Amino acid sequence: MSTVPGESSALSPAAFLIRGLAVGLVAGLIAFVVAFALGEPQVDDAIGLEEAAAAHLTPDEVAAEEAAADEDGMVEISRENQKSWGLLTGMLAVGAALGGLASLAAAAVLGRLGGLSARGSTALVGLLGFVAIALVPFAKYPATPPAVGSGDTIGGRTASYFGLLLVSVLAVIAVVVLANRLLARLDGWTAALIGAAAYLVVVTVAGYLLPSVNELGDFPADTLWYFRRASLVTLASLWAAIGVGLTVLVGRMYDRFAADVARRELAASL
Amino acid sequence: MSQTTATPTAVVTVPVVPLLKLGTWVVFFGLLAMLAIFFVSADQGALSLPAGNAVHEWVHDARHLLGYPCH
Repeated sequence: MSTVPGESSALSPAAFLIRGLAVGLVAGLIAFVVAFALGEPQVDDAIGLEEAAAAHLTPDEVAAEEAAADEDGMVEISRENQKSWGLLTGMLAVGAALGGLASLAAAAVLGRLGGLSARGSTALVGLLGFVAIALVPFAKYPATPPAVGSGDTIGGRTASYFGLLLVSVLAVIAVVVLANRLLARLDGWTAALIGAAAYLVVVTVAGYLLPSVNELGDFPADTLWYFRRASLVTLASLWAAIGVGLTVLVGRMYDRFAADVARRELAASL
Repeated sequence: MSQTTATPTAVVTVPVVPLLKLGTWVVFFGLLAMLAIFFVSADQGALSLPAGNAVHEWVHDARHLLGYPCH
């Protein structure tokens, strides 16, 4: 019995997804450790500045804040919980979500990107995921520490951020399809470079058209830079763990599939 | 690269996952993933589900450090 190219039950979407979720949870844990060690000192500094500023509020402003805090559903969570269990919850949830999505993307490109191996196409998904989902949105709307940003503009800033994220994700999918089409006429490197250039043009134009945000006020530049650096390292470690972990697991899954095919072909030839 | 040579040493072509089969999973998990990311990244900021600030406060530090607009 020989295998039909393009059909495989061993490499099913569910097999990819379960690996993606496992890798994503581990990646979330790694990102939590990085964020806790590098980012939390900066968050604490920023909250210290926020509280120092709050010390100068007028009695009316203090009364307004207390009234807002007494509304239904308003809770206060201690800093100890926020920076440990709360941070961990967020990192695990986002890690599992992104790991799962990356694994389905890896399933979609498996065997479809020219001569790339299973490991090659999966590693590319990790790299493109980091660039499109983390790096490009960060370049236009970098992470901001607590004490920066006005509550009045959160709606607009959220819309801009996710608008750019949407453009970036759609653009990266489009240029992978484009570069893949170009493979019929061009070599792999030329097609990949044209795809990369097309992506950069699209996100640069989108970034140029979207509104800029500057609500820093007199927030200290060094704390801001340390915070942003820690945030970027956190995102990089999350995606590095997803990319490397998924490449290893998908690679092994493919090896088992290939060994299985070779064994069946040997049996058929006897 | 061809599979017509049925020798054990033949190079196995990297298989593809059928897009129709994959599409169902993408829709199903895509919605779940967006919901999870929404709660960490944006809930009780620009949009609130449920009302209050408990979710926001609990994932507060992750939202800042993952680069989402927080407040």
